[in-house]
Amino acid sequence: MAALSPPTPLPIGEKRRITSEESPLSYVLNTPADQQEMLKTIGVKSIDELFETIPAAVRLKKPLDIPPALSEMPMTDEMVRLAKKNLSPDQAVCFLGGGSYDHFIPAVVDQIAGRGEFYTAYTPYQAEASQGSLQAFFEFQTLICQLTGMDVANASLYEAGSGMFEAALMAHNSIDGKSRILVAESVHPEYRQTVNTYLANLEPKAVSVPTPDGILKPEALVAAIDGTVSCVVVQSPNFFGNLEDVEALAKIAHDKGVFFVLVADPVSLGLLKRPGDCGTDIVVAEGQGLGTPMQYGGPFLGLLACKNQFIRKIPGRLVGQTTDKNGKTCWSLTLQTREQHIRREKATSNICSNQGLIALRATVHLAALGPEGMKETAELCVQKAHYAASELAKVPGIKLKHPGKPFFKEFTIEVNKPAEPLLAKLLSKGYHAGLALGRWYPALFNCITVAVTEKRTKAEIDGLVAAYREALAG
Amino acid sequence: MNLASYRFSPSHEWCNKEANGNIAVGITQHAVEMLKDLLYVQLPKVGSATKAGESCAEIESVKSVGNLYAPCDGTVAEVNEALTGDPMKIADDPYEKGWIVKIKPTGSLADNLMSHADYEKLLAEEGA
Repeated sequence: MAALSPPTPLPIGEKRRITSEESPLSYVLNTPADQQEMLKTIGVKSIDELFETIPAAVRLKKPLDIPPALSEMPMTDEMVRLAKKNLSPDQAVCFLGGGSYDHFIPAVVDQIAGRGEFYTAYTPYQAEASQGSLQAFFEFQTLICQLTGMDVANASLYEAGSGMFEAALMAHNSIDGKSRILVAESVHPEYRQTVNTYLANLEPKAVSVPTPDGILKPEALVAAIDGTVSCVVVQSPNFFGNLEDVEALAKIAHDKGVFFVLVADPVSLGLLKRPGDCGTDIVVAEGQGLGTPMQYGGPFLGLLACKNQFIRKIPGRLVGQTTDKNGKTCWSLTLQTREQHIRREKATSNICSNQGLIALRATVHLAALGPEGMKETAELCVQKAHYAASELAKVPGIKLKHPGKPFFKEFTIEVNKPAEPLLAKLLSKGYHAGLALGRWYPALFNCITVAVTEKRTKAEIDGLVAAYREALAG
Repeated sequence: MNLASYRFSPSHEWCNKEANGNIAVGITQHAVEMLKDLLYVQLPKVGSATKAGESCAEIESVKSVGNLYAPCDGTVAEVNEALTGDPMKIADDPYEKGWIVKIKPTGSLADNLMSHADYEKLLAEEGA
């Protein structure tokens, strides 16, 4: 009897595109005649003209190469094959960070967030009919206020980058006659890029303040603030992992009459002084570390909280607690006059929803951990990250980029080889060994940030150190 | 109340010239009734410029944001700070204590303003 051989994949065969006319599954007709009619209606001659604002370099200049349709079985095989291209943190030990972290997620998060009532709900247009969602968002806001020490939080934004823009714009619009927003260069480069994209067609301009020492030095901030500045944006722990001197920087900003916006790490707040207690006017944070796994580009979770004075400028939804006509506790959207559907062309933000499911995950996560659990998580991060840093610093060919600077769970190392090939080598040994910084900071082509969460064991850290030692010796 | 000296706009503002030549501006009783619960008044900065027919303040109610259109070019001479904490003061007394801004005019009043009698007529035509 012949040995069983693996099934041969289905031949891809002749490529043939199914047109909208002949597809029985097409709900959106888009025939050439339809296209012409749509173009004519909006007064554009061709599709090329319609897309003229998109830079030519990123435009696809040929039709999408879509193979013919597959039935369910070969499609399942294909999806499994594609999924295997991703090396998840379960398959390689993860020391990656840079805004997305491998924190532990208690089972109760999936259990509750996976309930159909929450999981299948889209943003409710008749919001008050969904009391369960509103109660969850109200609790979310309460927890975020407690965690950040601020007066008021919204029901979440999409992620920290656009959240940082919203916060900067809130601050900018709260002060007259200014034209510039200062952003420390130690803030996540992609958040800064997001801000620049948003500002491309708006009045204020974002200006970077160099941070050659891995932190924003108070004297550099003093020198950078002039009469044109509306607010200062600082991240702590910053992109290099270092803690900024938040209180000193906030004081400088306030002494100069400008607002202070902080990008924080919610996990660090189990241990660090709360932004609200450090003089922060508006805090934003990436909430992915609160109950949501790392997964490609998202979903992420933008947290935004501020002092009361900015309440009318907060973007997005805000849930309030009140009583119904029978005196029972209930929840409603509040301060909706800030929102687009009422403010129309005067609205300053186009956020009119929230990151419901991910905010719910954060709510359950925070509630499950509680203040003690948050503190314990933060302490474990600090201890493990500092152990990893001190061990890595002993490896020949590695030195800490910013020795002596306080950090939380992430730090930057400098290696005596280009970082990218080294990391590729370490990945083949089973380690997501860090994030190469050259992509954003060309001068730091041999620098790597290493993130160590509470999930990493001593054995994993020792394994990472040994792998670095071997790779650098070879 | 004697509104003989008051002038009214089709967008339901009133204005009235004061002894010092400044123009007080507010919203009419009819506007108050349409807006119902007033939540917030966004006042301009004293000294900022106004243009006839352009918004110089915002009035928020539960489900809408309304503009207060200036009746003339000029600069904001005074704002009614008392409204910041209690915008319902407008509803209590729209034509006196409920004034919103006072403008030091640099030009004449917009030419679409009307007398109280004509304004009442307009409301009647609109079926108010």
